[in-house]
Formats: sequence, C-alpha cells, structure tokens
Amino acid sequence: MIEGLWGKKLGMTQIFDESGGAIPVTVLEVGPCVITQVKTNERDGYEALQLGIGQKKRLTKPERGHRRKSGASARALREVQADGVEEYEPGQVLKCDLFEAGEKVDITGTSKGKGFAGTVKRHGFAGGPKTHGQSDRHRAPGAIGGAASPGRVFKGMKMSGRMGNDRKTVQNLEVVRVDPERNLLLIRGSVPGANGGLVLVRHAVKPRERAAAAAAS
Amino acid sequence: MVDTIREIEQEFLKEDIPNFGPGDNVRVHYRVVEGTRERIQPYEGVVIRRRGGGINENFTVRRIASHGIGVERTFPIHSPRIDRIEVLRHGRVRRARLYYLRGRTGRAARIVERRRSGSSVMR
Repeated sequence: MIEGLWGKKLGMTQIFDESGGAIPVTVLEVGPCVITQVKTNERDGYEALQLGIGQKKRLTKPERGHRRKSGASARALREVQADGVEEYEPGQVLKCDLFEAGEKVDITGTSKGKGFAGTVKRHGFAGGPKTHGQSDRHRAPGAIGGAASPGRVFKGMKMSGRMGNDRKTVQNLEVVRVDPERNLLLIRGSVPGANGGLVLVRHAVKPRERAAAAAAS
Repeated sequence: MVDTIREIEQEFLKEDIPNFGPGDNVRVHYRVVEGTRERIQPYEGVVIRRRGGGINENFTVRRIASHGIGVERTFPIHSPRIDRIEVLRHGRVRRARLYYLRGRTGRAARIVERRRSGSSVMR
C-alpha cells in the first residue's frame, strides 16, 4: 500500500456535472513517478519509496549517479511512505490510477508566500475603527499584553511577520476525475500553492470519509 | 500547463451558440428540475453584458417582471442547463456593459433595433 503520489499543480477551471451544475476543479498532473530508491527497514530504519517527479534537462554528475539505477531524469526526488516495499524496485513507474474518482484525498503543498504581512491579513485581526477621528489605527494590532506585570510579551503572541510559503495540508478533497492517459487528477476545490508547484496527494487519513468512500466504490 | 487545462475545458464547451451580444433581446430556454421532473423554462430579456472567456464565459439578461420590478439573471454560456438560446432581436448599443438600463424605465430603457444584412435574427 502506497500512501500517495507527488504531482504538479497545473491550475484551476470548472467543469459541469451530469445535472448541469458547475464544479470548481483544480487540475493536477500526478505521475508518472519513477521509483528511484527503495528504503527498507534493514538498511534505512523505515520503509518508503523515493520517487522522481518530472524531467530535468541538465543533471549534475551526482544527480546522474543517483538516478542511474532507475533511469529517471527527475527534477525532484520525494519520498512516500509505503508498506511491503520489497515488492517494488527502482525503475518501476507509478501512475495516478492509484486513485479513483469519488475518493477523498489529502493534499499537501507549499502555500504562496505573502511576504511580511500585518496582523489583519496574517491572523485575521479586525483592525481599528474606520471612523470617529482615527488616524493610523485602521490596521493596527492593538494591545499586545499587560504593563509592569508580567513585564514582557508572551511567547507566541500573534504579530506581523512572514506569511505563506509554508507546508499546508488540506484534508478530504474529492477526486472528481482520474485521467490515467494524460496523468491528470481533477480535484474539487482549491489546493495549496502556486500553479506549477509540487503537491503531495495522499489517500485521506480521516477514517470516516475513507470508509464512506470504500462503501461507495 | 495552460494547454492541458484548455483541453479539459474543450469537452464541455458548446459549439451551437448563436451570435449575440449586449443590447440583443434573447430568450433563454433553461432546464429546471422539479423533484424528478424536468421542464424547460424560457426567460426573455435584454442582454446587458457578456463577460469571461472559455468555459467561464457568462451573460446577464435583464427583464422587467411584473409590477415593473427589474430582474437580472446571469447564465454560464456553456451550461448544460441551457437548452437553447434564441436571439429575438439585435439592438444598436454603443457600449459593452449596459448598466445604465438599471436606472431607466419605460421608453427611456428602449434600445433601437439594429437592422443590417447578415444579422442572424431567427424568427
């Protein structure tokens, strides 16, 4: 059992379902992922498959050496957990038919960087009053703590700072369609990250939805 | 990247869309599902805008319902729920968005018909 696959976010569009309703979908190019290395309990202390994603024109010598076994020209190498790794060997290709339409998946990506963001954008603060003689207070954070007691600002206080460019996971997204010929997955709704970004698609971990999906199939 | 998305959209696009634009009077035959029955409901009015492109393209039809209440409905052009779009009359207008109609009633909200050879009015 492989937990999931890596892919690339292509962008969003909409399609119509049988009843004529519009479904917002994110198009992901998932696979073909070449297994570049098999991590085993004996040698590595855990079981996983290392996958090569995409193509790269010019590989460095060490990169070429690592890919020799599998023959992949992957631009990125990522691991996925798997059990029964003995069945797999480098050079094998995994495709998106691992997933089926109607199934729920969890998708992990790197969110778009927002730069240095204030508290209104970053933490959803309400900001100050817009009227009644306010100046410079419209997006101010307000009070950040007491005075002489405790005499310091508590750790973890929500303040301005770098926002985005984090690893984010969205759970229980529905797979609308699987297209193994074009290696595409259509996912209902949005997915973290910019177009062209790497995403990890995994079978949903939340058991209830998983059971429901199994019952439906 | 974008090409793949266009390809996916392609299969949902309609090809039999009549040529119409802002200022035209149209009758939209819209499928309505009531319980288990499906029927077609016509909706007639003036097109006040067309916006978006590809599968996201939509248009807004304004009509004056009973008691002089203006009603605007926006339809996705490629929606399977639209059975047919009938162009009743081409109007002569000088802008793409006819929002000015909202402030007008009666004679002031009239649009002069455009009559030219090659217009695709179906009657």
